[in-house]
Amino acid sequence: MAGYQNIFTQIQVRGPVETGVPLPRSDGARDFGAFMSYLAGKIGNAQIGPIYLGGYGVVSLLFGLAWFEIVGLHMWASVGWDPVQFLRQLFWLSLDPPGPQYGTQLFVPLNEGGWWIIASFCFLVSLVLWWVRTYTRAKALGLGTHVAWAFASALWLVLVLGLIRPLAMGSWSEAVPYGVFPHLDWTSAFSIRYGNLFYNPFHCLSIVFLYGSVLLFAMHGATILAVGRYGGEREIEQITDRGTASERAALFWRWTMGFNASMESIHRWAWWFAVLTTLTGGIGILLTGTVVDNWYLWAVEHHFAPAYPAVHGVVTDPAAATGAAP
Amino acid sequence: MTGTFRRIALALAGVGLAVTLAGCEAPPQTSKQTGYRGTGMAQITSPELEAYLKQANVVPPPPYPLEPSDAPLAKDFYQNVQVLGDINADEFNRLMLSITEWVAPTEGCNYCHNPENLASDEVYTKVVARRMLQMTRTINASWTDHVKQTGVTCYTCHRGKHIPTNVWARPAPEDLRGNFIGAKRGHNDPVESVAFSSLPKDPFTPYLLGAEPIRVQGHTALPSDAAHRSIASTEKTYGLMMHLSKSLGVNCTYCHNSRDWANWSDSTPQRVTAWYGIRMARQINAEYIEPLKPVFPATRLGPLGDPLKVNCATCHQGANKPLLGVSMLADHPALAGPRTPAVAPDAAPPADAPDPKAPAKRAPG
Repeated sequence: MAGYQNIFTQIQVRGPVETGVPLPRSDGARDFGAFMSYLAGKIGNAQIGPIYLGGYGVVSLLFGLAWFEIVGLHMWASVGWDPVQFLRQLFWLSLDPPGPQYGTQLFVPLNEGGWWIIASFCFLVSLVLWWVRTYTRAKALGLGTHVAWAFASALWLVLVLGLIRPLAMGSWSEAVPYGVFPHLDWTSAFSIRYGNLFYNPFHCLSIVFLYGSVLLFAMHGATILAVGRYGGEREIEQITDRGTASERAALFWRWTMGFNASMESIHRWAWWFAVLTTLTGGIGILLTGTVVDNWYLWAVEHHFAPAYPAVHGVVTDPAAATGAAP
Repeated sequence: MTGTFRRIALALAGVGLAVTLAGCEAPPQTSKQTGYRGTGMAQITSPELEAYLKQANVVPPPPYPLEPSDAPLAKDFYQNVQVLGDINADEFNRLMLSITEWVAPTEGCNYCHNPENLASDEVYTKVVARRMLQMTRTINASWTDHVKQTGVTCYTCHRGKHIPTNVWARPAPEDLRGNFIGAKRGHNDPVESVAFSSLPKDPFTPYLLGAEPIRVQGHTALPSDAAHRSIASTEKTYGLMMHLSKSLGVNCTYCHNSRDWANWSDSTPQRVTAWYGIRMARQINAEYIEPLKPVFPATRLGPLGDPLKVNCATCHQGANKPLLGVSMLADHPALAGPRTPAVAPDAAPPADAPDPKAPAKRAPG
């Protein structure tokens, strides 16, 4: 009984490696052979490969590597090439965009943000080519392009943060630094500067879809594992030919909440929730500073920021009280 | 799973837990609600922290009770008494005794005085001490918006040391090593000044010496043409606020309702006190400490040759009220302010003081 409820795959299917469908003549051969891995089989398919890199994949990896190296070497240089300090301070280090004085100038001194522009260009090329890869590989397999469009939604948020919004604001300095704590500090500073992002309705939507994605993922994962003993993991077959696993799963949700997604539609739910997380998030970021400067005051104007009683008495701005500029 | 495997797994889980929790304070913590329900305004403390603050903020007793005296004024009795000449010689001597205990308990009088000629200004520390006395009187007389009736004495900052524990000077410029790659540009260092965040690490020069605007949020819902404040300037302000928070041992909600940082009507009265405190520190640094630059020997200056200056931690030292709010002024009334206005030759700030507007108590900024 416990066998259906553990976290590792119990039965590994072994046989000749599956090399996939024949490729169109325009595509190169798959680049690496395939092999079996026992450990991979514990958590997924035991077969590793074949990997298809292709031109887009190779160039994407090269540009991605360039971005990674520029950021990493900059961080290492910033502690004087000391390997110990590099590890100790790693979470504090970053490659930052140019200062506000440079606006959206394309050529900035390397050590004052120029490296950030170069790294960001590499990052952009790498991500876009990786997107092209997810699209062309799906086409080559005769699949729909759902993965590519979901990835495009994430790309949209990345582009808004690092390219579109900085251009709209007229300053690279509005963009996110490449660093662990620095990007978190940027996030706080961004919300502080623009009057609290929690009053941004698109931020609200993004959170709803993010948490909703997590909830749907948990519900779906739990449902399929729970009907695993009836073969429920063969979801695809059960989309067209419902068996007892599918019937029981559906009945469980109708019993507990009156409604159930179908074996097919649950994946549409999950896809849209995931896609809308970054889509709405990107809209929220793009509107911040460009269209709305202070989300709290915007919420007050639109009557959805609560007013609290003055439990501390009347507190007034000392700068205003003394007639001085704030 | 075999027994050995299980034991190893448990041991690893234990080590992992220990590593994960190593940075945490031991319980219990107590949380005190300080704002309206639902605003999340609360201050957190622990018996351990309170015990530490209690032992770190013991007020030293006065040398002996202050008694009425017919002694002549210090300026008439001694030579070269420029600041404390308005008190009688007995009170003056008693205060000198206290200052010795507060600032140079080991060296005694000779830390500031030439024992052959106590009136001489040849020891630089005496010149500094005189300016510090003027400063203390100014703080207690003119900055009651910040120090209230509690006031400050030398001990508030010095605590028995020549140099207060928490001081700052302008940081040395970054070694750019050829200026090709790796510039930190003033942040991304785990330093105490900004509570070990990666924020710009010198929040003092722009705000506690200069008077750069601290406020960054827009005053209107929609963008206006008023000077746009960048994310970079927001991070500078953020760094200053981290310094305030760490210096006072409080979190953001001690002063702010974090849903609308800029809004005064949602803030606590402590924010007003802090506002005056920032301006007080500015005046202290610009008018009282920077002009002493030529007086100090090189060993007492920062890497850029400027004197060691004050910030919030200089007095507060981790307590929201320095010395936990205990006033020492009743025992040392001479520090409360000049007795008679005529005898307070508070030297005019030199023309090259960095912020000429700062003398006005409610200066803009």
